[in-house]
Amino acid sequence: MTRGYVILGVAVAVLLALPYFGDNYLMRTATFICLYAALALSWNFIGGYVGYPSFATAAFYGLGAYTGALCQRHGVPMPVAWLVATVLVGVFSVMLGYAVLRLRGHYFAIGSFATVELLRLIISSWSSFTGGGDGLNVPIFPGGPEVVGQIFLYIMLAIALMVFAVTIAVDRSRLGFGFRCIHQNEDAADMVGIDTTRYKIIAFGLSAMFCGTIGAVYASWTNYIDPNDTFDVLLSLKVPVMAMLGGTGTVLGPILGAASFVIMEEFIWAQFLEYNRAILGLVIVVLIFFLPGGLLKMPFRRLFSKIGKGEG
Amino acid sequence: MTDGKTILRVTGVSKSFGGIQAVQNVSFTLTAGEIVALIGPNGAGKTTLVNLMTGTQTADAGEITCDGLDITRQRPFQAARRGIARTFQIVQPFPEMSVIENVSAGALFAANAKNRAVAEEEAMTHLEFVGLQDLARTPAASLTLPNRKRLELAKSLAMNPRVLLLDEVNAGLNPSEIDGALELIRKISDRGITIMIIEHLMKVVMSASERILVLHHGELISEGTPEEIVHDDKVIEAYLGTRYAARHRELAGG
Repeated sequence: MTRGYVILGVAVAVLLALPYFGDNYLMRTATFICLYAALALSWNFIGGYVGYPSFATAAFYGLGAYTGALCQRHGVPMPVAWLVATVLVGVFSVMLGYAVLRLRGHYFAIGSFATVELLRLIISSWSSFTGGGDGLNVPIFPGGPEVVGQIFLYIMLAIALMVFAVTIAVDRSRLGFGFRCIHQNEDAADMVGIDTTRYKIIAFGLSAMFCGTIGAVYASWTNYIDPNDTFDVLLSLKVPVMAMLGGTGTVLGPILGAASFVIMEEFIWAQFLEYNRAILGLVIVVLIFFLPGGLLKMPFRRLFSKIGKGEG
Repeated sequence: MTDGKTILRVTGVSKSFGGIQAVQNVSFTLTAGEIVALIGPNGAGKTTLVNLMTGTQTADAGEITCDGLDITRQRPFQAARRGIARTFQIVQPFPEMSVIENVSAGALFAANAKNRAVAEEEAMTHLEFVGLQDLARTPAASLTLPNRKRLELAKSLAMNPRVLLLDEVNAGLNPSEIDGALELIRKISDRGITIMIIEHLMKVVMSASERILVLHHGELISEGTPEEIVHDDKVIEAYLGTRYAARHRELAGG
């Protein structure tokens, strides 16, 4: 594990130095890695630790994006708009949690999935307030593309590190231990004195609020959002896949998963213009099928010794 | 060992599932420090009664109080924090966690240990008590059945209970393992914990308990010392049928 932290430290240093040697494409990819790492870490609270398969990521992300954008359009300073988005999405998720966290397993999954679609339809239809299908323009951040790219890379990195810090704190606390107990056996968790409903709602809230921040920051970064882009069902699928790819219920897994996914996606996109989606899907299926514990749990030693002996 | 103080009072409690009356108008009390057995043939409603006492299910009618406080509608985690712990007929570990983590969950959440390190320390003393200290770091899923029952017991003890409901802790154990389990139960009772043993085998509870409650078709048909219970016609009828009971009466009479 310590080796993992060292690698993460090096990666952060590289990201910090990136604006001084990287081109715009590299900067953009790096920003997306941070964005997805933060989303995957967020999902990890409810999906990884508590073991409830949530597909609500896009709902929180989209709601955050629209809240931030609408605030900014009404003259609220950018950082305050992000804060408002975070709080609003947090409150929304807790209320939603009361409704859907009584459902277990796949019922919960369907409920969370439906939320994305429901919000997308509301935002699309409420044109007078949200701009509907035309989307919304967000005030442009001054300083030109170079500066904006650098600042938003740093902001996304900061958010990812913040979620990472919260993950470590939760992982080591009573809360995280309770989450894991619920994951292992919810009835037994209840029996040893864990208020399972409250714990699940906390996990859901944690998994949501940062998605709200990230959505709002994304809106400020790209200056334009529309319902299909922000309430994207694919996002609700991609993020759990990233977490699973790296290793759910761990502090480093989601980061590793998000980074590998984005790099893989970019690479495959460049190589296979026509079949990139199909090939990416295939790679994901194979990886998850053969590495159920994620990349983090990959038996590197055994793999290398096998290859060394010529058995692999 | 009993000091006469009522801990738990069950008054006229009933529970039905669809058309089946699982528990019907049952009343009894548990006094601090005693060992009580709840027996009855398979399907008598024993586990349902335990579920009602620990908040897993809620009674349709009647009232359950703990120290005079109405707990009829409590949730399981509230029962746990109140000091009403139970073991399950079918053991319920956190399978991928280590044995000591399983036990420390009880200390952390029900007994409200200060932090995880303190909880683990406490857990270790309970593991020593049940004889699992050498397996503390192995995953709970890899334990044998008798050891899983010990784990279940250690987890319940870590919850620092005042009342311990043991739902068929002896099921699936061989005679020598049952003796070991009974020995443990006596030692737990010596700490002043009120114990209710739920069993369908009378033999097991005869030696261990001070008082026996007999449940049949959801109703409490008899209550008394082990001596009184074995001679109670209603109990013999429930366990062995009316014809055997009649013959037993004849033999006893002649």
